[in-house]
Amino acid sequence: MLRSLKVAVLTASALALGTAIAMSASDPIAARKAMMKNNGEAMKVVVPMVKGEAEYDAVTAALAMRVVNSTANGYTALFPESSKTGGKTEAAPAIWEKMADFEAAGDKFAADSATAVTAAAGGLDSFKAAFGTMAGNCKACHDEFRVKKN
Amino acid sequence: MAVAGAAAATIFWILTEPSTIAAGILPEHQPDLANGERMFNAAGCASCHIAPGSKDKTRLAGGVALKTPFGTFHVPNISPDPDAGIGGWSDIQFVNAVMRGVSPSGSHYYPAFPYTSYQRMAHGDVLDIKAYIDALPAVKSEVSGHDLPLPFRLRRGLGLWKLLYLDGRRFQADPTATDEINRGTYLVQGPGHCGECHTPRNLIGGPMMDRTLAGGPAPEGDGVIPNITPDPTGIGDWSAKDIAYALESGFTPEFDAFGGAMVSVQDNLAKLPEEDRAAIAAYLKSLPAVKSAPKKPKAD
Repeated sequence: MLRSLKVAVLTASALALGTAIAMSASDPIAARKAMMKNNGEAMKVVVPMVKGEAEYDAVTAALAMRVVNSTANGYTALFPESSKTGGKTEAAPAIWEKMADFEAAGDKFAADSATAVTAAAGGLDSFKAAFGTMAGNCKACHDEFRVKKN
Repeated sequence: MAVAGAAAATIFWILTEPSTIAAGILPEHQPDLANGERMFNAAGCASCHIAPGSKDKTRLAGGVALKTPFGTFHVPNISPDPDAGIGGWSDIQFVNAVMRGVSPSGSHYYPAFPYTSYQRMAHGDVLDIKAYIDALPAVKSEVSGHDLPLPFRLRRGLGLWKLLYLDGRRFQADPTATDEINRGTYLVQGPGHCGECHTPRNLIGGPMMDRTLAGGPAPEGDGVIPNITPDPTGIGDWSAKDIAYALESGFTPEFDAFGGAMVSVQDNLAKLPEEDRAAIAAYLKSLPAVKSAPKKPKAD
């Protein structure tokens, strides 16, 4: 994928993210679903680079990690008591049973994605290590806090 | 009346007799610990048998509570401790537990233990797992018995269930299929026991084989277990490479991350050699496409 195309995808993600953030107060469920979708888009751009299937580009990698980091920051605040059901949410009840753990997971995700943003400038090997740590957050949180519904 | 009752009880008793493999059937076997570890990961023993919340897959302390429509099962300690675990079990005792669901004292295990899948395994692979487990740390934790409502407390009754669902047939390679597909078939139907979650169950907890691997409602809560057949409502638009990568990384082609019980499974499968994940993927792509059952509307 051309660098300009990747940047375009990521810019679109970032714009969508901005919209999601704007929506968040009124519709936290839709906002948080949109944010996770954006993470997926960012990953699609970056994973081929990490796998060696696409040429590494530090600017694109950093941009993708910024999109992820913007999602991670304050993500767990999108889970008020009033948002446990409705909107086809896949949030597991465990979130509200273990809110402290959930928030800690969110903080770790934010920190790890921020590290990945910085690591991007250091070249593929430095980025791979930081990316791997960041990517581990996805499963770790979904393990307990997400219920698959479709 | 009394005679009819006695006759019924006798028939019940005969029908529910545990069927076991005779020790003489087992071939001479030199344990292969590397294969034991590989099969231990494919079979996912650690996912159920480590202590709740533990991350240490070498300490098979038991204790996880499995809530099902039939009650709550408390997963046993299968560390090689001679008192709290299965230390000192003979080879044939281990094989009968894993492949026939029969304990060393001759009682039936509940099919929460997936022996209906493990029955398909090769004896050598099961013996290698035993050798691998015997070399893990002995853990002294005691686990309580299961918490089941009255009708399901009668273990003997499982003999009837087994007549329906335990055919005792081991995996037979298909000479017309590739080695890779045969390997994938073995891994999925045998140690991988994927169908134990991904094939929906009927009212008595038996697998609905006409909907093999087509997913269904999760046993607990309101989640779903995905359809992993090549139907458009399943994973039809995933390539074999996508499937193998998902099993290696925990990411779908949309970079949605695996969650729930699948995280532990994927952690284990990630430890297998790449050819095993590729084989699983090839087999899944070869399955008949089964459309997902329509979801019952729920107040969301």
